[in-house]
Amino acid sequence: MARFTVQVNGNQLAVESPPDRPLLDVLREDFDLTGTKYGCGEGQCRACTVLIDGQPTASCLTPISSVDGMSVTTIEGLASGDQLTALQQAFVEMDGAQCGYCTAGMIVEATALLQRNPKPSRSEIVDVMNPHLCRCCGYRNILASVELAARGWEANDA
Amino acid sequence: MPERFREDLCEPDRKELAEGPAYRFELDRRQWISSIGAGLLVTAAGKVVFSPGGASAQVRPSQRLHLGEDGSITVLTGKVEFGQGSRTEILQAAAEELRVSPDVLRVMLADTAETPNDGSTAGSRTTPSTIPVVRRASAAARELLVRTAAEAWNLDASELRVEAGAVVRAGDRFSYADLARAQRPASTVDDSVPRGVPLREVRNWTVLGQTLPKVGAREIVTGAHRYPSDIVRPNMLYGAVLRPPSYGAQLESVELAPGRELGAVVVRDGEFVGCAAKTSYEARKALEAISETAKWRTMAHPPSEGLGAYLKRHAQPSAGGRRGARRRESGDVDSALAAAQTLEASYEIPYVQHAPLEPRAAVAEWDQDRLTVWTGTQRPFGVREQLAEAFRLGADRTRVVVPDTGGGFGGKHTGEVAVEAARLARAAGKPVSLRWTRAEEFAWAYFRPAAAFEARAGLSGEKILAWDFTAYNPGTAAIETPYAVPNVRTQYIPCDSPLREGSYRGIGATGNNFAREVFMDELAGAAGLDPLEFRLANLDDGRLSAVLRAAADRFGWSASKSLGRNRGSGIAAGFEKGSYIAICAQVRVAGGSVEVERLVSAFDCGAILNPGNLRAQIDGCVIQGLGAALSEEIRFAGGMLVNGSFARYPVPRFRGTPPMEAVLLNRPDIPPAGAGETPIVAVAPALANAVFAATGQRMRSLPLRARAA
Ligand code: FES
Ligand code: FES
Repeated sequence: MARFTVQVNGNQLAVESPPDRPLLDVLREDFDLTGTKYGCGEGQCRACTVLIDGQPTASCLTPISSVDGMSVTTIEGLASGDQLTALQQAFVEMDGAQCGYCTAGMIVEATALLQRNPKPSRSEIVDVMNPHLCRCCGYRNILASVELAARGWEANDA
Repeated sequence: MPERFREDLCEPDRKELAEGPAYRFELDRRQWISSIGAGLLVTAAGKVVFSPGGASAQVRPSQRLHLGEDGSITVLTGKVEFGQGSRTEILQAAAEELRVSPDVLRVMLADTAETPNDGSTAGSRTTPSTIPVVRRASAAARELLVRTAAEAWNLDASELRVEAGAVVRAGDRFSYADLARAQRPASTVDDSVPRGVPLREVRNWTVLGQTLPKVGAREIVTGAHRYPSDIVRPNMLYGAVLRPPSYGAQLESVELAPGRELGAVVVRDGEFVGCAAKTSYEARKALEAISETAKWRTMAHPPSEGLGAYLKRHAQPSAGGRRGARRRESGDVDSALAAAQTLEASYEIPYVQHAPLEPRAAVAEWDQDRLTVWTGTQRPFGVREQLAEAFRLGADRTRVVVPDTGGGFGGKHTGEVAVEAARLARAAGKPVSLRWTRAEEFAWAYFRPAAAFEARAGLSGEKILAWDFTAYNPGTAAIETPYAVPNVRTQYIPCDSPLREGSYRGIGATGNNFAREVFMDELAGAAGLDPLEFRLANLDDGRLSAVLRAAADRFGWSASKSLGRNRGSGIAAGFEKGSYIAICAQVRVAGGSVEVERLVSAFDCGAILNPGNLRAQIDGCVIQGLGAALSEEIRFAGGMLVNGSFARYPVPRFRGTPPMEAVLLNRPDIPPAGAGETPIVAVAPALANAVFAATGQRMRSLPLRARAA
């Protein structure tokens, strides 16, 4: 057991944990942030994606010791209060979720993508999102959601 | 109606999983604290009862709607939401008949203590059976509102209309909340509302028939929604369960001490061994420690290699009962075959895994000898029975709550994880959360049945005169040909299955339709006809012909025949559970892989309840079907899966999702049927037929294994 400190969604949080425990478990079980999902535990589905110092990362493969002192953003940390981000709003409007279990990972990944590249082409979106699995196979609505948000962000920038 | 008959009605496919409880454990009425407040409870037949609310509120099976004195309106159904859109469509149905805005309504789903038993959420039954019941109850409540207001105001009810949830007259307003308060006399049972209040006609719909944003979308996109695996209870522990190393292996001995030394609660009860600890990490570590000491007696188990032949060798042609063999014959098949040009072919399909993204999960909590379990199951009342049986509890002491769940596709009918979580919670004296690992979900859930088929037909010119179809093990859904054939013999023969089988999107219809629609293509070739023309020539079902024509038109079927080497198009159709699908697909075969270049589907499920949700369901169903057609196949050897992970069992991804279009044929004159299953049945045969057009190789098994010519 050791003590680790992580800045999660802007809050400094500490946990006593074995060093190799996955960040995913710590978020869900110690910090009650259950928006980040387990889908496979081996990097194959990306339902567990969070931002670590801004980088989309599979939290199931991330030992807690490796993020000590770093900042983590989860799906719960995106909206400000009642105000959804443009991307979250786009997922609501374009019916981007069926069961919604993959949605957190999709939104976290696409948030980082749009920050890097506010006007991605469809093939750029597909390349970045491809590791994310949606077993409901709602891929077309997910793409439409990301594209809508990209258009919206473009309009805001102009 | 007894539970088992209700289930039977819901999904009559013979491959529906039916088995006893997974474990046999050695092991004063109190009302559930109801979240339903004071007000009126209304049945679909229009019976009304006053509910005092709080702890003494009792919902009876027929009660569908609660009108709160506080103005809240709650629709109650035992259906579940797994992503198919049931919550939103049920809400639309109630709003339509109540004449209220959808956002004032709440839909309470699948809580065995609070909602009626609507059987399983399966077989596309929510649309044809639950939606009408909700509409009738809502129409009855509306009628009661009008009558009560008319009485109070001394007017003729026919002069009054409900708009925006109230009857309005010259500045005076009488709402559902007023109605709830007006009916104060304790437990009034009101029979004054006639049965059969007319429902709003499809052409006058204002809420149904529209695309409504998904109810609960906001909670999903913010991560706030709690799926079964996200439920947290005070002092809750996390569980892990010991699994055999191979199918059929029996536990001979195991030491529990190594797990206990790590601080975990460890329980062994017969074949069940599990751990619970403060974190899932600790539970897994404890389980690993125990697991190293376990001794197993293994059992011979066949490999997936040669599965079709295995199934035929283990056919059970004389198996009886509801899950037994079935043979139907009309006309004189043998004479007709003897007189015709005949063709025959065999087909095979493998096991596939649903692999919903949320694995099975449950949180169980005991309060003395009362049990509450939150779990993602498509059969909340069935799982309540499983729990009651496993722990020898009365159903009134067992409560199952199904939070909106992360996918099922027919794969979550059972309650094994609920039983396991409850057993651990019993031992721990604390609530326990148990979530299966992906590897467990692959290996220990159940599978879409593998199957083999033998088809024989006799042709005369462009007509099929005789049809002889034998299906080994797929299930019975869509086993009868929808084509107009005068002499037909259809046999269903269950087989001794090496793996545990159960429902799936369309279950038997996936294999039966694959074999039939590929065989139709072969027959078209033998008859020298275009595959579309041949189908139309042998159809007298107008709706099936219509979807075929619609898909072909949009696709540009006649124009897309010669696509050059290794590119081609195929067509297939299907009818199942009251809805009709046709798909045209264009493929390119490169090396050993099949790329779908574009795909057009046409779908008719009667009157459309929510076009946006319908499109999402067709999309998801078709793309899931691409997986089963092109890559999904469970392989096993030595009693264990060899590809039980997403790394080795490729499922559809963003890449490979082809340009797609769905033509919706709305039929306002026909009551709506469900849509979440049928589209899948035409995907694999359309692709198989396209591969034939592209390469000349006839594809008779799944997944398709084509080679560029
Ligand atoms: S749970 Fe982390 S990649 Fe699947
Ligand atoms: S919406 Fe169900 S897994 Fe993506």
